[in-house]
Amino acid sequence: MEQTVKKVFVGNYSELPERLGKTVILQDKEIAIFKLASGDVRAIENRCPHRGGVLAEGMVSGEHVFCPLHDWKINITDGLVQAPDEGCVQTFEVVKEEEQVFVLVPNEVTQS
Amino acid sequence: MEKKKLVLIGNGMAGIRTIEEILKLLPEQFDITVFGKEPYPNYNRIQLSKVLQGDTEISDITLNEWEWYEENNVRLYPGETVTKIDKDNQIVFTDKGKETSYDYLIIATGSNPFMLPLPGADKEGVTAFRDIEDCEKMIHASKNYKRAAVIGGGLLGLEAARGLLNLGMEVDVIHLSDFLMERQLDQPAGKLLQKELESQGMNFLLEKQTAEILGKKRVTGLRFNDGGKIPADLVVMAVGIKPNIQLAQETGLEINRGIVVNDHMETSIPNIYAVGECAEHNGMVYGLVAPLYEQGQALAKHICGMNHQGYKGSVLSTQLKVSGVNVFSTGLINETDQTKSIKVFDEWRNTYKKILVQDDKLAGAVLFGDTKEGTKLLSLIKKGAKVEDYLESSQAQDDDESIVVSMSDDEVICGCNGVTKGTIVNAIKTQGLSSVEEVKGCTNASRSCGTCKSLVSDLLTHTLGDEYEANEKESICACTDLSRDEVIAEIKEKHLTHSREVMNVLGWKTEEGCSKCRPALNYYLGMVYPKEHEDERESRFVNERLHANIQKDGTYSVVPRMYGGVTNADDLRTIADVADKYKVGMIKLTGGQRIDLLGVKKEDLPLVWKDLGMPSGYAYGKTLRTVKTCVGAEFCRFGTQDSTGMGIKLEKKFEGLNTPHKVKMGVSACPRNCAEGGIKDVGVIGLDGVWEVYVGGNGGTDLRKADLFAKVKTEEEVLEYTAAFLQYYRENARYLERTSHFVERVGLEPIQEMVFNDEMRQELCQRMDEALSVYREPWNEVIESETTLRDLYEKVNAK
Repeated sequence: MEQTVKKVFVGNYSELPERLGKTVILQDKEIAIFKLASGDVRAIENRCPHRGGVLAEGMVSGEHVFCPLHDWKINITDGLVQAPDEGCVQTFEVVKEEEQVFVLVPNEVTQS
Repeated sequence: MEKKKLVLIGNGMAGIRTIEEILKLLPEQFDITVFGKEPYPNYNRIQLSKVLQGDTEISDITLNEWEWYEENNVRLYPGETVTKIDKDNQIVFTDKGKETSYDYLIIATGSNPFMLPLPGADKEGVTAFRDIEDCEKMIHASKNYKRAAVIGGGLLGLEAARGLLNLGMEVDVIHLSDFLMERQLDQPAGKLLQKELESQGMNFLLEKQTAEILGKKRVTGLRFNDGGKIPADLVVMAVGIKPNIQLAQETGLEINRGIVVNDHMETSIPNIYAVGECAEHNGMVYGLVAPLYEQGQALAKHICGMNHQGYKGSVLSTQLKVSGVNVFSTGLINETDQTKSIKVFDEWRNTYKKILVQDDKLAGAVLFGDTKEGTKLLSLIKKGAKVEDYLESSQAQDDDESIVVSMSDDEVICGCNGVTKGTIVNAIKTQGLSSVEEVKGCTNASRSCGTCKSLVSDLLTHTLGDEYEANEKESICACTDLSRDEVIAEIKEKHLTHSREVMNVLGWKTEEGCSKCRPALNYYLGMVYPKEHEDERESRFVNERLHANIQKDGTYSVVPRMYGGVTNADDLRTIADVADKYKVGMIKLTGGQRIDLLGVKKEDLPLVWKDLGMPSGYAYGKTLRTVKTCVGAEFCRFGTQDSTGMGIKLEKKFEGLNTPHKVKMGVSACPRNCAEGGIKDVGVIGLDGVWEVYVGGNGGTDLRKADLFAKVKTEEEVLEYTAAFLQYYRENARYLERTSHFVERVGLEPIQEMVFNDEMRQELCQRMDEALSVYREPWNEVIESETTLRDLYEKVNAK
């Protein structure tokens, strides 16, 4: 199956708050964008696999975010839930073009 | 080579544990199929009573998620029952018409609750307590009905009864014997247990035999053999379990009480095995978890062709999972002609201990009240230790050679989660673990009931030696070995003012800390340097960062300040208008005498606050929440002081103060204490000409009655003594330690000594004033800051 991706503009780099998440609404989906202490930007599905907590509001520590509902620890780069809990969230590629930050979203995500 | 086909009937704890052991020994060697009657993945049945008691939720007791089955290529058919076994051709048949052939067949069908065949037992509202469905049925019933009757005063019955009490029902426990848990306890312990549970609100009807369940469609009561009756609209039968052996019987396996197996868990027919509660080994059928795990291990080794001695039976031990009650028993319970007993009954401390000795060896034990010795006794009994060994070891207090040293690697340390000594030691060595918390996170040991914590700690000591001793003091979290006191000392000495600085200078193991240490450090820094430290919003938990309470669906709740619980018509109108305008989901009165607007969208929060024009009630923070007051002298015919006025003054003075945990207050105007100051962090009672100040009360998880702290004459003094107490608490408590735990830990006297000393009190009050001086009303601050609005409250609408 051919997979196409959509490039979605999510904001200017300097306007993303550092070490915090930002919620991006894309049709009926939500993506959480994080600007890490390192300056890198990451994007994951804004939904904890446990009880659907909004990860954008979680505490960010290095490469991890702690879900605000029950403190699950999730790696923002590969989407994996950390032990002893299990599961994963979808991750999205982030592209920075000068000031502008984009997220690459596979089309089936936007269509489903 | 073609894989051998392994079929498991029963997707429960014993069967799946066997599969896990097999996968550990020989991964990828078997083609595994599992049939399970219940529509769930394998869950921890033992924890159901905790679910019922409200300590955990059904979704949290799953042991193997669906993904586990996928990842290990285990074919699972949930909700599918095996109806027939063709032992000659080695095929099983299911109720959905499936046929599966096997090389090895494991029967792990567990047991069924024993339902007394009473007239009326089929009525609505009669249930067992065995699976998720029963549990849900009881929780549901508790919402609509009030009176529960539990038939059976054994382990399961009492756990069910405690759960129903927690669910707000009135509970009668009906029991045939003249004391409780007669299979696990002796009479003195059973009577002590009864007294304790009665004080928790349970009602017992002993030596009663139920004759009939009354009612039309739904149960309305019980009638006993002696003619007596009681009303009930929920009946829980917890009189025991019987092995589920129907299928085995129809297949022609040898059956006694359970499916008869030998030391290798082999049944009377080749290639068919049985494990768990349905199996009978050496005349014993076990209904507890530890033996099931031991059987699973033996069976796995056998199927994998490993050399081993087989299963040799288990020494049982029992523990009751009811909060506030410590009961333990193992081995022999009752005296015989061949036994001698050692008994200690301490009526003052309400503890009881009995140890039974047979042929100079320890043979059994019953403990009530203090069960610390339980695991040690169990291990000694398992080993067949001589009574002298025990007496010597308990005399020589410092001879603390822990029992874990002599345990073999496959002995289970954590019974709830079936974690063996070997697994824990291996994790400590390979993953570099150095604290109980880390072991818990990595292996799940001690994650459920926590009784094995001391053993886990012993294993750490044993494995790491002195390295661990050094860590034994309570570190803030797994990111550091330093304790709270050490970190604060360093903050002061090195003048550290930012949490990243603390982490760098003090050698944090993680670069940016975790959700435990980050908020703690932010608090400590603010406490030490109230003016210099800039609050770190990214280290605040979401509620304190956004100044609203997050709800499970990602909406928020808004609670405006309502000083002393006093309001007026204008404010109420404004609140009503705001509720309409933003379509709030629910308007609710809080326990602290204010109004909660629930279901507000994050992006609406600043608009709601603006329209309200009221200060934040801080219903989300580690700070002063509310000051609950009674009507007081202004209107009440009993009131002797102006409690509302006093409450408003307290709330105005301390609002927005950062504290280690939330702080609640109450002010009443007479000893009737209508504002419930006896369970507040600070409770004030106004008497004629005198105010009493109580501290350290708590009405939540750990109920604690407040201690009388000071008696003073004037309102100013109430404010002063409260300020000094709170400042002492701020400076000396651990982050997230409530005043109740704090007062309990350090004792009331040292605090009184400081606060009653005029000079010390003045200094405490001064530092309190400094802390209060940086307070700015947060909602208004948000509304006026465009960057905060953008950073925290706006969502991006992408296209």
